[in-house]
Amino acid sequence: MQDAIPPAAAVAPEIPDAEGAAWQHVLLARHAQRPNLLDWLALLVTDFAELHGDRRFGDDPAMVAGLARFRGREVLVVGQQKGREIKDKLRRNFGMAQPEGYRKAMRLMRLAEKFRRPILTFIDTNGAYPGIEAEARGQAEAIAFNLREMSRLRVPVIATVTGEGGSGGALAIAVGNRVLMMENAVYSVITPEGCAAITWRDPSMKARAATALKPTAGEMLSLGLIDEVVPEPEGGAHCAPAAAAASLSAALERHLEELGRMSGDALVQDRYERFRRMGSGFGS
Amino acid sequence: MSWFRREDKLLPPVPDKRVRTEGLWLKCEGCRSIIWKKDLAENLNVCPRCQRHFRMSARERLAMLLDDGGYEELDAQLASTDPLAFVDLKPYAERLRQAQETTGMADALIWARGRLEGRPVGVCAMEYGFIGGSMGAVVGEKIARAAEAAAERREPLIILSASGGARMMEGAVSLMQMGKIAVALARLDDAGVPFISVLTDPTTGGVTASFAMLGDLNIAEPGALIGFAGPRVIEQTIRQKLPPGFQRSEFLLEHGMLDAIVPRKELRAWLARALAFLAAPERVPLVQWIPDRAPQGGPEPDAGRAPDRVLDARSRL
Repeated sequence: MQDAIPPAAAVAPEIPDAEGAAWQHVLLARHAQRPNLLDWLALLVTDFAELHGDRRFGDDPAMVAGLARFRGREVLVVGQQKGREIKDKLRRNFGMAQPEGYRKAMRLMRLAEKFRRPILTFIDTNGAYPGIEAEARGQAEAIAFNLREMSRLRVPVIATVTGEGGSGGALAIAVGNRVLMMENAVYSVITPEGCAAITWRDPSMKARAATALKPTAGEMLSLGLIDEVVPEPEGGAHCAPAAAAASLSAALERHLEELGRMSGDALVQDRYERFRRMGSGFGS
Repeated sequence: MSWFRREDKLLPPVPDKRVRTEGLWLKCEGCRSIIWKKDLAENLNVCPRCQRHFRMSARERLAMLLDDGGYEELDAQLASTDPLAFVDLKPYAERLRQAQETTGMADALIWARGRLEGRPVGVCAMEYGFIGGSMGAVVGEKIARAAEAAAERREPLIILSASGGARMMEGAVSLMQMGKIAVALARLDDAGVPFISVLTDPTTGGVTASFAMLGDLNIAEPGALIGFAGPRVIEQTIRQKLPPGFQRSEFLLEHGMLDAIVPRKELRAWLARALAFLAAPERVPLVQWIPDRAPQGGPEPDAGRAPDRVLDARSRL
């Protein structure tokens, strides 16, 4: 057993500055001009054919999925779409999916599995939508089901956090063999605003919360929770979207190449091991 | 010049004449009646008048559920390593130490093995008194181990949830526990070993959105708060008051999210009954119990295995 509690001095570092680097990352990840899912798809894939509906209740515009061709391969793409103009944002619920969005994603991932096509997911959401109807229709069940069922898909799955990776609503399409993060993306269990509201009861402490949550791509990599940080052009992806997409495209190709050589069993085993070891360093 | 002069310097201290009644009684929030705590405890922490289910500690739950109240706890020493060196108002390490002192537990979940009406089972019970029963790496690890042990031993797994969700102080490490538990439960599912999820008050956030909703059966105690988002978060999002009864067990049952609501007094018998169905001592391959397709001469020697998923499209890949 490891030492349960490190001495207080070792765990209470001074928080360097309230408007720290982590908060800048959060702002960049949410930048109004940052490429959204449809922007990335336009730059990464061809012949995109969107598919709709969960066959149970409805179609959720916050979750987009469809057939696409990526560097000569047939792939399924899935991701949250935040929307750009205000009308579009409202229609897409700011990228916060309802249960039917997660169920649509799962339905189509199973379609890809059936026809042996790799799956590329792109994560950009504040979180799953917290509303009355979402609860009534089983938001928690929809997410839980995706986590379990994604883990045993017998085709390669690569998840990329392109913007915000917001909690369970992000993870519900991110149980991949590889999980990548764009350099300026963030991934976190709660938004900095949410964390600040809970602990300080003051949302203006969000910058401090962002620092404490360690949500940046670099921190996620050093915690061993993601596999690769995809570099962005100077200033961020919105400054040179094509260059950012080229960088992501190369990374995706490399991982697809590796995973393409693995059997269905090996892919399931690989995903199992990847998630099983997370936060398991107890020494005992 | 004073009119009166105090003879003694100080009055002798008045001995405490109060009879201590504090802590002996409490008011039921359900029916507002005053209950003697001992009555409540004898009634499994359920109000004798209105049947309101009060919260219970993890240890009380295990003692209530398992034969003779006995169980063997596993990995009791597993404690958080504070992976983020998290500090908000005070260091997370300090919060951990306090929770450990008040609960006498290393983290927010007990994993144990015991017997339920004679049948060996693995049980995980969450402790709401330990940082809101929140799920960090220790909770995730213990449940994953419990699921793996259940699959290996072919013993049913029961998880009693009581949690506010993922433990914020472990950041994305706690988020990934949802994935860790889900992959382990997928294997348990593949192995054909039963998993029953018992949701108690409260079960929200990443706990509901991972293992608590993944049981072969999901059941809840009456009146438990169960949801993905907490009521305050929803109220802030939609800027409306929530209707009464929203996100309570009865609401979830009505919306098709639960198999049953089971009162605490009946829980043990209910689980035993369900396990009798789910955990048949011998599992025969599917084809053998379809009468006109059954081969002659009874079960095959490998009848103890889970049935092959002959109809599952997955096996073709």
